[in-house]
Amino acid sequence: MVTQQQHGVVSEVTGLEEGGAELGSRMGVGVAPGERGEGRLAGMDVEQVARGLGWLSIGLGAMQVLAPRAMARLIGLSDGSGLVQLMGLREIGHGVAILAARDPAPGVMSRVGGDGLDLSLLGAAMVAGGDEVDHGRLAGAAAAVLGVTALDVACAQQLMSHRESAGEGRGAGAMLTGRKGKKSGALHVRSSVTINRPIGEVYDFWRNLENLPRFMAHLESVTVLDERRSHWVVGAPAVGRLEWEAEITEERPGELLSWRSVAGSDVDNAGVVRFRPGPDRGRGERATVVDVDIRYSPPGGALGRTVGWTAAKVFGEAPEQQVADDLRRLKQVLETGEVVSAESPRGRCIG
Amino acid sequence: MKAVCWCGTGRLRVEEVPEPRIVNARDAIIKVTSTAICGSDLHLYDGFIPTMQRGDILGHEFMGEVVEVGPGVTSLSVGDRVVVPFPIACGNCLSCQDGLFSLCENSNPNAWMAEKLWGYSPAGIFGYSHLLGGYAGGQAQYVRVPFADVGPIKVPEGMTDEQALFLSDIFPTGYMAAENCEIRQGDTVAVWGCGPVGQFAIRSAFMLGAGRVIGIDRVPERLRMAEAGGAETLNFEEADVLEALKEMTGGRGPDGCIEAVGMEAHVHGVAGVYDRVKQSMMLETDRPQALRQAVQACCNGGHVSVAGVFGGVIDKFPFGSAMNRSLTIKTGQTHVQRYMRPLLERITSGQIDPSFVVTHRMSLDEAPGAYRMFRDKQDECIKVVLKPWE
Repeated sequence: MVTQQQHGVVSEVTGLEEGGAELGSRMGVGVAPGERGEGRLAGMDVEQVARGLGWLSIGLGAMQVLAPRAMARLIGLSDGSGLVQLMGLREIGHGVAILAARDPAPGVMSRVGGDGLDLSLLGAAMVAGGDEVDHGRLAGAAAAVLGVTALDVACAQQLMSHRESAGEGRGAGAMLTGRKGKKSGALHVRSSVTINRPIGEVYDFWRNLENLPRFMAHLESVTVLDERRSHWVVGAPAVGRLEWEAEITEERPGELLSWRSVAGSDVDNAGVVRFRPGPDRGRGERATVVDVDIRYSPPGGALGRTVGWTAAKVFGEAPEQQVADDLRRLKQVLETGEVVSAESPRGRCIG
Repeated sequence: MKAVCWCGTGRLRVEEVPEPRIVNARDAIIKVTSTAICGSDLHLYDGFIPTMQRGDILGHEFMGEVVEVGPGVTSLSVGDRVVVPFPIACGNCLSCQDGLFSLCENSNPNAWMAEKLWGYSPAGIFGYSHLLGGYAGGQAQYVRVPFADVGPIKVPEGMTDEQALFLSDIFPTGYMAAENCEIRQGDTVAVWGCGPVGQFAIRSAFMLGAGRVIGIDRVPERLRMAEAGGAETLNFEEADVLEALKEMTGGRGPDGCIEAVGMEAHVHGVAGVYDRVKQSMMLETDRPQALRQAVQACCNGGHVSVAGVFGGVIDKFPFGSAMNRSLTIKTGQTHVQRYMRPLLERITSGQIDPSFVVTHRMSLDEAPGAYRMFRDKQDECIKVVLKPWE
């Protein structure tokens, strides 16, 4: 599980391991928080472990760049400080890739590759070194690298499988998860935002479902069919357009709204949005907290079998970020009356 | 139109770019008549701020004439002469309504980037990296101003551009730095860094009742300008700052200590390589020497006010000194919208003429050379004003 703290927006996403077919029956009002334990490694949040590995890369790399001779001596080489410096730069690269990226998984994967390189260099030094090397220290260094490699591999696998379950299932991530035989594509996203408008206004805006495309980026349109039913159209670049019919399963004005897709939809989904009083900060009029809880599952029908439906094909980017961004836009629309844009001219820097 | 574009570390070009257009109802388009280079622009120029992209238009201190307004802007009309605050603020969110405009919750469309780095996102800022919104800046002939009904204020007739321009940033920034010292009548305030913000902090400290202000720098013309503003001065290359401040304050230390330096490291050699790593890690090469000194120098129970820009983490911060001696540390990007009108009052009533700080006036075409001169402190450069239409 990944939890993201944002400015007035908290969101989390949980990959579900259950099969999609039975999921539908459990969706609806009052869904429980997602299972904890997903995305964890040795009791720590896997992204924390990844960050730790990133910092380890930076620290080790900096030592290799700045004090190559001392590092070479430490691992049992009498010479080779130039190579150690190069390895240091590479190490720093891994760290930057992990810490600066939105998704740490590729950076951690690159560390696994780097570990392999380190091990083969240490092996080559042992074989070719003769008297130039201290075999005991080299073996110690190799053992240390092996230990770190194990952690890197475990972390990379966790990140990848988490990414898959979170809907980013492409390439290596899909491969890893597929091998484990998990049901992919099922998805549970939660997110919160605080909006400086009265609760009734926020509820009414959401209840008018045709407003949803104003802040939900992937939504092309919602057409209200009657009191309870509506028709949703989503633009999904990878599989074209997806459509489904949704019905409101419960509504409590100013408090709660829940919906689910009806049988036979392209995308089985259900969600609940809760509205509760937020802070008033001494102004007498309270802001509104909106908590959103959405579950998607792969379609059981022909579409699921033929195109291999995953949430990634519908949402593209990380779905928890998508929902958080949607809520941020909801806040913008309700507070400022517009979706904020930084559209700007820019130079080309040619010549 | 012409605009100053960032094309990589140390590489600026004045390019022909498309003119901005109204995107949202609360936008205005401003024809820029004067724009200044800020000390914090040098951090972009030197590549210290992450998430800059080639082609980004720089500049967050600017003013000009309204040439177009969206249907949601009723407070401005075409032809109005306005000065624009550097933080973009909606005026509607909880932060804006608390007067914390530089923490606007809606104006940074790239808030997720800032959240990764800092936990939560502050407001978007003109021409100051994608981390802070990715908005085009005002070192251009035209600029799009979002939430134009909240930020820009009209400049009274008869006031020159150079008198009004610095309401966009450095005058309010120096003023908020002084205000954060919670100065009591007769207090002694020390100011680290006598660049443009330090100069305004010195003058603001006097306005707020300081009895003595001590300016600390090493550049002779900056120390002279501080003296012209009524400050005593210390050259940190010639004096032991902590010892000197102790002596000057009867062994107590200054009541308020203003840090107006920020992350301005010029480190070479091996340490320079290490700094590069820290920069690419979005940690900046924060050189917190002035901040450390300000904490160490401050009198027991005093205020340390940080106006300098920091980006990431700092090393070896003397927090034990701050904790054990009951120091109050206050900081923040300036909530410019909160200060523009009261400070405009001070200009119109003749209490201050902010144009004193200008040392160079150049055309927009000369921007690349102007940045270099300002960074290297050549030709006694303290503040450059660029004219996009001359």
